[in-house]
Amino acid sequence: MPVDTPLNIGGIPFRSRLIVGTGKYTSFEETKKAIEASGADCVTVAVRRVNILDRSEENLLDYIDPKIYKILPNTAGCYTAEEAIRTARLARSAGISDMVKLEVIGDKRTLFPDNEALLEATKILAKEGFIVLPYTNDDPIMARKLVDAGAAVVMPLAAPIGSGLGIRNPYNIQIIMETISVPIIVDAGVGTASDAAIAMELGCDGILMNTAIAGAENPIQMAEAMNYGVRAGRLAYLAGRIPKKLYAQASSPIEGMIE
Amino acid sequence: MQIIVNGEQQEVPANTHVLQLLKQLKISPERIAVEINLTVINREVYHATILKEGDHIEIISFIGGGAHAG
Repeated sequence: MPVDTPLNIGGIPFRSRLIVGTGKYTSFEETKKAIEASGADCVTVAVRRVNILDRSEENLLDYIDPKIYKILPNTAGCYTAEEAIRTARLARSAGISDMVKLEVIGDKRTLFPDNEALLEATKILAKEGFIVLPYTNDDPIMARKLVDAGAAVVMPLAAPIGSGLGIRNPYNIQIIMETISVPIIVDAGVGTASDAAIAMELGCDGILMNTAIAGAENPIQMAEAMNYGVRAGRLAYLAGRIPKKLYAQASSPIEGMIE
Repeated sequence: MQIIVNGEQQEVPANTHVLQLLKQLKISPERIAVEINLTVINREVYHATILKEGDHIEIISFIGGGAHAG
């Protein structure tokens, strides 16, 4: 049986191939339970101003212990390379992670990345020693450029963020896998557990998701489903599926049939 | 003297350093980051970084968010 090697990003080994977001939950308690059910050991968090007027607010990291979970700060909401770089530097100086999920959004309606700005920010941050995980389109050429710029992984979208449309272009994802040698983490677009399994069956190294879990009717249950979906897909990929054939092929021997 | 913290006017004594500002605002120095006039301040020098009148200070922490929050 092929033994799986753990996902490794920038020298950091991961126990799970599922990375989860922490947005859109109704409470920190629900966030915590969903993350536990997902089996993920890495969570992505957003960088925002501390509310200096109301100090009664609870802190997410009181629930998600950085000693237990790898924290992946993201630059969600940044629309320029400058903003994203500034956010990444601030996040790193908090002293809990050298990783950054780099997002430079190009358009509010689609939330598609601005790849030109993304590439520029990747170059600068990688030079500064960040472990850069850029969110990009399912474009193999862009993926190669990001790797050349120093990206530790490439995170192509499967469908627009929060759309739940699933893997819209599995062929592009496959071409990306053949094009680059760093891990490929599908980021965004997954709707349900089968989508996660499909991405993993293609041979992707991992999946990052938020809305599919947090937005489900029962997030904790869906988190568990995603846990299984990712693992099932990975196992199926390693196991090697049968080829697709047009006609039937009997699974019981003909020999010894009663006559 | 007046400084601006996260977009809000804030009155602090002269010669306040970053750690004192955090204490005044009741913010624990762990798991946060501080920027003064667009320069990130290394946490090792919070106590040695004296604020000046009119400084623009950003104090950030981590919140829930995955794929594009807000």
